Amino acid sequence: MSIRERLSGNEASAIAMKQINPDVVAAFPITPSTEIPQYFSTFVANGTVDTEFVAVESEHSAMSACIGAEAAGSRAMTATSANGLSLMWEMIYIASSLRLPIVMSLVNRAVSGPLNIHNDHSDAMGVRDSGWIMLFSENNQEAYDNLIMAHRIAEHKDVLLPLMVCQDGFITSHSIENIELIEDDKVKEFVGTYKPEHYLLNKKEPIAVGPLDLQAYLFEHKVQQAEAMKNAKKVIKEVSEEFEKITGRKYSFFEEYKLEDAEIAIVCMNSTAGTTKFVVDELRNKGIKAGLLKVRMFRPFPAEEIAKALSHLKAVAVLDKSDSLNAIGGALFEDVTSSMYTNKKQVPMVNYIYGIGGRDTTTDMINSVYTDLQEIAKTGNVDNPYRYLGLRQQ
Amino acid sequence: MKNLIEIRWHGRGGQGAKTASLLLADAAFNTGKYIQGFPEYGPERMGAPITAYNRISDNPITVHSNIYEPDYVVVVDDTLLETVDVTSGLKQDGAIIINTTKSADYLRKTLKNYSGNIYTIDARKISIDALGKYFPNTPMLAAIVKVSGIMSDEDLLEDMKSSFKHKFAKKPEVIDGNMKALELALKEVKKI
Repeated sequence: MSIRERLSGNEASAIAMKQINPDVVAAFPITPSTEIPQYFSTFVANGTVDTEFVAVESEHSAMSACIGAEAAGSRAMTATSANGLSLMWEMIYIASSLRLPIVMSLVNRAVSGPLNIHNDHSDAMGVRDSGWIMLFSENNQEAYDNLIMAHRIAEHKDVLLPLMVCQDGFITSHSIENIELIEDDKVKEFVGTYKPEHYLLNKKEPIAVGPLDLQAYLFEHKVQQAEAMKNAKKVIKEVSEEFEKITGRKYSFFEEYKLEDAEIAIVCMNSTAGTTKFVVDELRNKGIKAGLLKVRMFRPFPAEEIAKALSHLKAVAVLDKSDSLNAIGGALFEDVTSSMYTNKKQVPMVNYIYGIGGRDTTTDMINSVYTDLQEIAKTGNVDNPYRYLGLRQQ
Repeated sequence: MKNLIEIRWHGRGGQGAKTASLLLADAAFNTGKYIQGFPEYGPERMGAPITAYNRISDNPITVHSNIYEPDYVVVVDDTLLETVDVTSGLKQDGAIIINTTKSADYLRKTLKNYSGNIYTIDARKISIDALGKYFPNTPMLAAIVKVSGIMSDEDLLEDMKSSFKHKFAKKPEVIDGNMKALELALKEVKKI
């Protein structure tokens, strides 16, 4: 029997970490993810986990400590947000290129500046090409479930890549909601123990980690990373199916909500997907065939599958909670549109940048997107594909 | 009870409006409901106006936005009435519950754009009588439960007793006072 609880997204993430009981957690506090290492450090102090908690002096050191721990052969986790992730930047790439399956909880927040502590996805979008697997979570339940699945995916021998679980800062990290927890022993059995094939503390096999890698082989090593990212798709599918068997909760690359017979649809990630479901239900009651595609797996990006899932629609809006400031559109929009193009699917598409710096995303705003989509579906024309949602008019 | 009840709390930093919203979420959760309890984080400081929210439903709640058309508004500090538009979007068939000793005339005049139900409670007096200190959140929690009918008085008292036992395990002397504050508040919240 699962355990009925009510927890914030941060509490749920800390409890997932407690149940995983990693060898090392190294973290530095930053809003809105601070509570995760804060709660976790109480588990360490109370002796409920065996973890070595490293209270570092910066996020650069937090990621460095995780890299050291993983390279030595242990399981390491961390949590951060926004500028904390920015300060990790150098080490983020080192972690993935050294093929160290570190797991991070990224509580999404706007990257400064000017200074803002609230939610958007600019932190995550900044590392989208860094070789980390990226899973997004609609609510506390998904943040918890994705963390429980994380090590199985990251540590798989065909993958060996670091993984970050994203959730919306404050919106889900600080909101108390219902959640179903899995029993400790079931989590322990599901996650299993970490048995790395190669590691620094193996005296039978002396190795070097991270030496100079110039013209002769860096290219090939990058291709290996790219192949590992492709392999991650298969592993994420397998692990999610196994997870469903023990919890009944189904996870795919993305969630299709009333999409099958829809004529118009929104594509988005994290908490906005929940608000969109509410609006889809209201529109369905009025006979409007609205649907939603919620991206869970952003890296690797399920291009072929998304193109297929959207191919029957008359109009699609992609919502980006981060502006790429590139005069084209947001990162999710670019990925979805290029997926459609390379898979020869032609559907009118429009991009909305929204929710920047914690601007609240209301059901009225989502409704207005579906109204725009109905118009686009009628005419097939998209005058301006790069738009804003919820921007002040004055 | 309606299928979805939305509540907005107005208080000042340090008065416990956020805690009260989380306690309400807890109590409703314990009666089997789906709940959300979340504060609106701003540049919070002691004494600055703050807002917190609750959604309570028999069905899973997926909306993740602030609440603009609440069924109920709880005002923990009546000095906010003249500075914050506390009845903004409040449904006319809902209610506002104010911690105040001000007259009905003053309240009607101050909330001039709102013609719905107004309830008052003197949470200061209740808190001082029951606890000897001013903690308005416990009486306000009882008041919103009474007015909204989210759960019965008995369910609230039973649930809060066990959560106080847990919360105040190290200072059991305050449990009785808090229980008394709840009981007094259930009786004394009044419609004007």
